[in-house]
Amino acid sequence: MSPLHLCLLLSAGLFCIGLTAALCRGNAILVLLGIELMLNAANLNFIAFWRYGSGSGSTGVVFVLFSIAVAAAEAAVGLALVIAVYRHQRNIRLQEATRLKG
Amino acid sequence: MLLPFIIIASLTLASAAVAMMLRNLIHSALLLVLSWTGIAGFYLWAGAEFVAFAQILVYVGAISMVVLFAVLLTRPARDVDSPLPAPTVIRLASGLMGGAMVASVLLTAILATRITGGRAHAPSVTVRDLGALLAGPHAASLLAAGVILTVALLGAIIIAAPSPRNPEDPS
Repeated sequence: MSPLHLCLLLSAGLFCIGLTAALCRGNAILVLLGIELMLNAANLNFIAFWRYGSGSGSTGVVFVLFSIAVAAAEAAVGLALVIAVYRHQRNIRLQEATRLKG
Repeated sequence: MLLPFIIIASLTLASAAVAMMLRNLIHSALLLVLSWTGIAGFYLWAGAEFVAFAQILVYVGAISMVVLFAVLLTRPARDVDSPLPAPTVIRLASGLMGGAMVASVLLTAILATRITGGRAHAPSVTVRDLGALLAGPHAASLLAAGVILTVALLGAIIIAAPSPRNPEDPS
């Protein structure tokens, strides 16, 4: 088993933990953190392929930098949405956020 | 070479898994900070130092603070705290099943792939190279990322600010 396999396994494990959290938990902040974890797993894959892949160049590193920037923006907007939901229904349970259901 | 990776990987996976299972949000946020630090350690191990420090600055420094503030600003009121409704068990089971299915697919795909070639030493990317790349071929993307960050932060302020038309809002 090569080191790239190990990196991919670590990233797959992180992705599945994040996915399970995003699917199971009812708390909006934990769902957002699960999504952040999945994004981190994707970044980890970029670095792993940059390190162990056979291609040349440093596109992987640059892409991860942009991905981190977009993740920061996403976290800010997501937590602002959580605070807006809290202002409307006084808790952040996703099961109760059904006002837009129709 | 492999021992640091195993330590980093087990630390990252364990703290992430425990963080997602805890009921206390503060504890899970702090454990996730540990997990993000582990990911930064992985970047250092892989030889991408600049990305590791960007990860520490952005995730461990900034996003963790925002998450902690959001947790503290959204404490549930004690008197309206009702027990969880019944469909939670079904949701939990289906979520776990979905995660397990994705995990099995990913595991099978990774373990069945034969990887040949690959370099033995980390390709060296200095900060100077990164700066030249960001200011040269990727300058337009850098500008776009700056615009996205500005617009997203302005939008976050607008979304999270209390609406002025509603003066009897207790918050």
